[in-house]
Amino acid sequence: MTSETPTMTRPAVRPGAGAPPEPTAQEHVFEVRGFSAYYGDFRAIRDVDLDVPRNRITAFIGPSGCGKSTLLRCLNRMNDLVPGAHISGKVNYHGVDLYDPRVDAVEVRRRIGMVFQKPNPFPKSIYDNIAFGPRIAGYKDDMDALVESSLRRAAIWDEVKDKLKQPGTALSGGQQQRLCIARAIAVQPDVILMDEPCSALDPVATLKIEELMFELRNDYTILIVTHNMQQAARASDETVFLTMGDDRAGYLVEKGPTAQIFTNPKHQLTEDYVSGRFG
Amino acid sequence: MGAQTRPVPPPQSATEAVEQAIMGHKRDWRSTLFELALLLALLIALGVLVWLITDIFIKALPVFQERNLVEFLTNPMSSNPRRAGIGQALWGSIVLMIFVAILAIPIGIAAAVYLEEYASDNRLTRLINTTVRNLAGVPAVVYGLLGIAVFVVFLRDWTGGQSIISGGFTLAIVVLPIVIITSAESLRAVPSSIREAGFGVGATKWEVIRSHVIPYALPGILTGTILTIGRAFGETAPLLLVGAVTGGFAVAANASITERLQGPYTALPTVIFSWSRQPRAEFRELTAAAIIVLIALVLIINAIAIILRNRYARKW
Repeated sequence: MTSETPTMTRPAVRPGAGAPPEPTAQEHVFEVRGFSAYYGDFRAIRDVDLDVPRNRITAFIGPSGCGKSTLLRCLNRMNDLVPGAHISGKVNYHGVDLYDPRVDAVEVRRRIGMVFQKPNPFPKSIYDNIAFGPRIAGYKDDMDALVESSLRRAAIWDEVKDKLKQPGTALSGGQQQRLCIARAIAVQPDVILMDEPCSALDPVATLKIEELMFELRNDYTILIVTHNMQQAARASDETVFLTMGDDRAGYLVEKGPTAQIFTNPKHQLTEDYVSGRFG
Repeated sequence: MGAQTRPVPPPQSATEAVEQAIMGHKRDWRSTLFELALLLALLIALGVLVWLITDIFIKALPVFQERNLVEFLTNPMSSNPRRAGIGQALWGSIVLMIFVAILAIPIGIAAAVYLEEYASDNRLTRLINTTVRNLAGVPAVVYGLLGIAVFVVFLRDWTGGQSIISGGFTLAIVVLPIVIITSAESLRAVPSSIREAGFGVGATKWEVIRSHVIPYALPGILTGTILTIGRAFGETAPLLLVGAVTGGFAVAANASITERLQGPYTALPTVIFSWSRQPRAEFRELTAAAIIVLIALVLIINAIAIILRNRYARKW
């Protein structure tokens, strides 16, 4: 699939651009080291160390307010947009420090796409929703083909192919969210961050998104924040459990393969959380 | 509650007990009274308006019956009530509105975009925001004084003194704060999720604002702006100060556009003001007729705004 879709005119920073290497257990997309995030004086997350493997689905779970979303939004510099937000520590993306002053946050966000909690299609046609990202990235090839391939990969093509000129906002919630995933795919990112993408959806739509995530895992690295533990258990490869400390700052308690986190957690807090005793 | 104040036979069954409890026999007088008071307030407001408009219509009737409407709308000012018309006033008002639209709309929208999208949220920005809001509440006559000082006196060589240029600039300044406020509110109504969606696919701030924020806010901005133009249309005080002519005047038929713009002018509300002060009864009829034309034009402007709003209203 990847080789069929034409590449952007902007140069890719992926290692060995053009032919992505086979994923290995050692290859990490993100290496987070001693990372803390702040809103003004308030520390939202502290001292996170985390490796995110390539072509895997990594789920962030934890109680409300533990900083899962903040951590996710710091991985593509989306949190820069929040007034007063700042960080300390390092986030390495393929070995490049994302918070180096020379880094262009706009380019970062094109390579690390995002799907939000509430489906947020532009109030434009379905076609324009998809085409906006590639257009501003300077994509000059066959836009129709790119729109179709993006919608196909987001498993929504059959539902919208006859109404590409209709507004994206007229779709159902589940369709809107898949449209947003298609929009993220259209700029050919390397990573897709999903911030509770199913929290506004019914179980059927949720299942569709989860199936889609498994499809997309072959080409992308996916990070998902979820409140739904069943979702983390059935739809992720790796699970990261965060919780909130006494200082109200979130911190990373435990990370590991999903099966291990849910069946044999090392930490008491994790066990209490995944078994539903708190949170 | 009411049931407990008088002795009631003990209920026979659960049905009766519930019936006694929920079948109210007490009228809620306070609610009724309150509702009537609210209705009265509405009727007073409406009544005054209806009275005013009917009164004006009755007074204006002779003008519309005895004279050709087109003639009334096109004739120049005159001391002879049989020949006096609002042609110059209409032309002046329309040119003034063009000035307002050309000056206040772009500057106001640009200022609002800067305040909402670019300015960081610090004390200075908040101070500016508060100031703009206060400026919107400053009486227009104060802007008239500013207009004298700046456009009539200081920029005399360029505006021609008491000219329609001075009047247009002054009116533009009167409505500028309102344009900024309504535009800022429309921009604020664009949800941040839309901005995030744009940034999420790698758009720069400029691309997000140009392709998303401004287009989605535009219907609201235009609606608010057109409403302010309607307001400017009826504004009298600043024009009197910056020299709108209240009597008759003539412009040479071969005058150039520049000469016309720098020459004497009048506007609809100014004419209404000056006619209303004439002692002769015929002028009272003319005043009423001119008021009806003014009200009709303002209603048309507002209708355009409402149609725009309904047509492009967006639900998020």
